[in-house]
Amino acid sequence: MNHATAAHEFQRDPARAAWHDQTLWMVRTKRDRMAARVPEWEQLREAASQIKEHTLSKLADYLEQFADNAEANGIHVHWAADGDEHNRIVHSILEKRGARKLVKSKSMLTEECHLNPYLEKHGIEVIDTDLGERIVQLQKMPPSHIVMPAIHLKRAKVGEVFHEHLGTPAGLDDPQQLTEAARQHLRQHFLTADAALTGVNFAIAETGGFVVCTNEGNADMGAHLAPVHIACMGLEKIIPQQVHLGVFLRLLARSATGQPSTVFSSHFIKPRPGQEMHIVIVDTGRSRQLARPDYRKSLACIRCAACFNTCPVYRRSGGYSYSYFIAGPIGSILAPNVDKAAHSSMPFASTLCGSCTAVCPVKIDIHTQLLKWRQDITGSGYTPWWKKAAMQVTAFIVSCPPLFRLGGWLMRKTTPLLNLLRLDPWTKHRDLTTPPKQTFRQWHNKQSNKIKTAP
Amino acid sequence: MTIGLFIPCYIYQLYPQVGQATYTLLTRLGYQVEVPEKPACCGQPMSNSGFAKLGTGCITDFAREYASFDHIVSPSGSCVLHLKESLEAQHSPLAHRVYELCEFLHDIAKVDSLPSRFPHRVGLHQSCHGLRGLGLGSPSECMVPAFSKPAHLLQMVAGLELVPLDRCDECCGFGGTFSVFESDVSVSMGRDRIHDHITHGAEFITSADMSCLMHLGGLLSREAPQVKVLHIAEILAGTAEKELAVDGNGLP
Ligand code: SF4
Repeated sequence: MNHATAAHEFQRDPARAAWHDQTLWMVRTKRDRMAARVPEWEQLREAASQIKEHTLSKLADYLEQFADNAEANGIHVHWAADGDEHNRIVHSILEKRGARKLVKSKSMLTEECHLNPYLEKHGIEVIDTDLGERIVQLQKMPPSHIVMPAIHLKRAKVGEVFHEHLGTPAGLDDPQQLTEAARQHLRQHFLTADAALTGVNFAIAETGGFVVCTNEGNADMGAHLAPVHIACMGLEKIIPQQVHLGVFLRLLARSATGQPSTVFSSHFIKPRPGQEMHIVIVDTGRSRQLARPDYRKSLACIRCAACFNTCPVYRRSGGYSYSYFIAGPIGSILAPNVDKAAHSSMPFASTLCGSCTAVCPVKIDIHTQLLKWRQDITGSGYTPWWKKAAMQVTAFIVSCPPLFRLGGWLMRKTTPLLNLLRLDPWTKHRDLTTPPKQTFRQWHNKQSNKIKTAP
Repeated sequence: MTIGLFIPCYIYQLYPQVGQATYTLLTRLGYQVEVPEKPACCGQPMSNSGFAKLGTGCITDFAREYASFDHIVSPSGSCVLHLKESLEAQHSPLAHRVYELCEFLHDIAKVDSLPSRFPHRVGLHQSCHGLRGLGLGSPSECMVPAFSKPAHLLQMVAGLELVPLDRCDECCGFGGTFSVFESDVSVSMGRDRIHDHITHGAEFITSADMSCLMHLGGLLSREAPQVKVLHIAEILAGTAEKELAVDGNGLP
């Protein structure tokens, strides 16, 4: 389904759409307040941007350095060209240990690779332990937001899901009680899991260690209890040195949720005695994106979702209106790299207001890339013929003054009728302006004549 | 000094009063103003729809027709941004001679007083391309000292009261062809904008970009016709007051 159609569905419940907008806007304002308290905020963004640019320019070197150091620390490092290979690697690790249950803490990468269905098919139970992610997992739905996966659900809906799956009393919508129910439910799984899988926020080349940021401590619960810890990361998660971490950690939580810091920033450096630790480094089109000068900066993304929260289109259309598992502005510049035809409507789901670019903590030129993808997509022919025809006609009319005058005349003559009929997407909700008595040129010509004939 | 005035296609056809106000404002400041006939359009509608190639003719025409002017002014932030970016991509020196009207008045003409009067409550819609693209003001996302060139100019108008807004620079949802191809989201965004202005008691919504106002005005005309849109040039030039008196549009 293209974005416009899905957004139309979302907008059919205007009250809920307005609630969604306001909820996310609140997160954006929290971010503003928190950012304003850091006097060097803009310098931090610039530093983050430069560190990422530098890293991307030497990515292969840093990846090797990271892998060498991680291995020296006793971590097994695996390389996966795509999602399938990633899934096979994870499965083989689990299989070797005879693992039947995997607790996962939020990892968008495993969403990207469709790991859950793959493992389930092989008889392994996967439990998402991030509260929001668990809620949507119970619903058999994907996350609608990369940081707040269930942000589109109201509390009462969460109560219904828990009633159905966790046996809580019907009609429960007290946040305290709902969280407690989830806590008890997840605790059982943490205690009985055979392996834990986490995402990676930052992988440090210099040390071979990595950092996972969560608010619920679920990554730690999983990783510290299970005998096997698998960490999965896209190959762009690298930063060169430990000192750079401060720049990113200060930006990440403030940009994401308006917190000064995530509750847990867990540093993993080596397995504890008796534990097995693995890192799976995934490409899936990232190296292709790296080779495209117009789009490579998109790999600097630290997945804070500030661009989601600020995006007026995302807020009013919801995560499920986007065809890719990463929605919002950043999703719209990542998706066409993966499949241009399948996600051809995403770069058009924007007014190009540029708020995403202005909010992004690593200064990705998101809206410029959206515009570039639009050219790419039409250039590849993924545009309806009528849209192309309309643009050709427009271009022809504006290039030819007599036609332009005639076209304008026609338009002014038909305006009252169009306003009356309200059939097209514009006049359905908006009036066209009352046509003026003369055009600017007509006025200007009179003006010039006045000057010429003046004594 | 002679200024090349660029009147974008939709202003030419539908909002001549905006062109007139700009012309009046600039001539009154002592500039000679010329308006070449071509091009009619900056090419942005094509480019934003993914057909930038179809818009290159507009840029070529523009570069030719306006080459002789030291300063080129246009009352449309969005068109100016597109012209600048396209000319820059071609390494044309013209890129740095194109100004949005407020930008010109503030940075080049350095206007510090205006003889106009507009005793009304006015909401300023900070159009995105002017704000974030041309830097006409500080976007709310950025942690920099607050400023706004359009607001600064409006404060010179006697009697004018700027109303505060809940969301001082959220997009109105116009977005060129977005307003048609994504009309549901576009309309929802526009509604939220007009209600923000109305809640704060605005009698008029103004902006440095008529395209946003075309969208917001279209919604107002259906949902709150007592509130009107006016391009900032009309207020700064003092022509709005006269027009309203002639039309009898709700003036005391
Ligand atoms: S693109 Fe920027 S703002 Fe959006 S999620 Fe990535 S880092 Fe955050």
